[in-house]
Amino acid sequence: MADFNVSLRGVGPVSVIDVKGYLDAHTAPELENVFNKLLDEKQYRVVVNFNDLKYISSAGLGVFMAYVETMRENKGDIKFSNMTESVYNIFDLLGFPILYEFYKEENEALLKFNEQGKS
Amino acid sequence: MNRSNKKFEKEFVVKSTTDNLALIREFTKKAAGDSGFSDETIGKIILAVDEACTNIIKHAYNFSPEGEITISTKFDTDKLTISITDEGKHFNPNSVPEPNIIEYYKQKKVGGLGIYLMKKLMDEVNYHTLSGNKNRVILVKYLSR
Repeated sequence: MADFNVSLRGVGPVSVIDVKGYLDAHTAPELENVFNKLLDEKQYRVVVNFNDLKYISSAGLGVFMAYVETMRENKGDIKFSNMTESVYNIFDLLGFPILYEFYKEENEALLKFNEQGKS
Repeated sequence: MNRSNKKFEKEFVVKSTTDNLALIREFTKKAAGDSGFSDETIGKIILAVDEACTNIIKHAYNFSPEGEITISTKFDTDKLTISITDEGKHFNPNSVPEPNIIEYYKQKKVGGLGIYLMKKLMDEVNYHTLSGNKNRVILVKYLSR
């Protein structure tokens, strides 16, 4: 019923997750599956591209909270890009900008990973 | 601001499954739109109702799909009241502390964000225990605020 789609692509050493549509308690498990796959493959550098995400509830936000520390413990991170203002406002309301990096464009997030990889 | 003297009441009953959240959002969108709220505020009201119903599905009914959720919307002059009633496990919202994102991060804690969001998004959020083992959460938004 809920219109949601998640896909995964590799850009060099970084995994980019594209989320599309409505991310709620019904569709959040689909996103969890993708994160579990990344952990299985020991891929810890992740950019989530929100360009086509129309809606997010706390069930969706909870997925990022559940996985971010594991990524960071393994020298990776979850970075966010291409968020619409309405979706960003929900992250902001819960204080996410204190703990997560948000970028306007996916490329900026990828560059940040490349810089961190060199140091 | 689209002030008016209009009044309406509508009711929507669904089973307690997460795949009904999309229908719940559609129903809420119509009620908030008919009330005359801006698109931005309609988005806030939709999310608050989604969070309330998600909590009911998860906590009151523990993901059992047989529960019933009744959503009643009432608009009068400038006040939209959304009452959401279930017959599941009683829930005490005061037992949920206000989330601190940094503490959550340290504890790898997930959840509890929904109630906080509801309070941030709506003008009033009140919980009631009714006779017959019913629970009701009442969400209020004013056009004039």
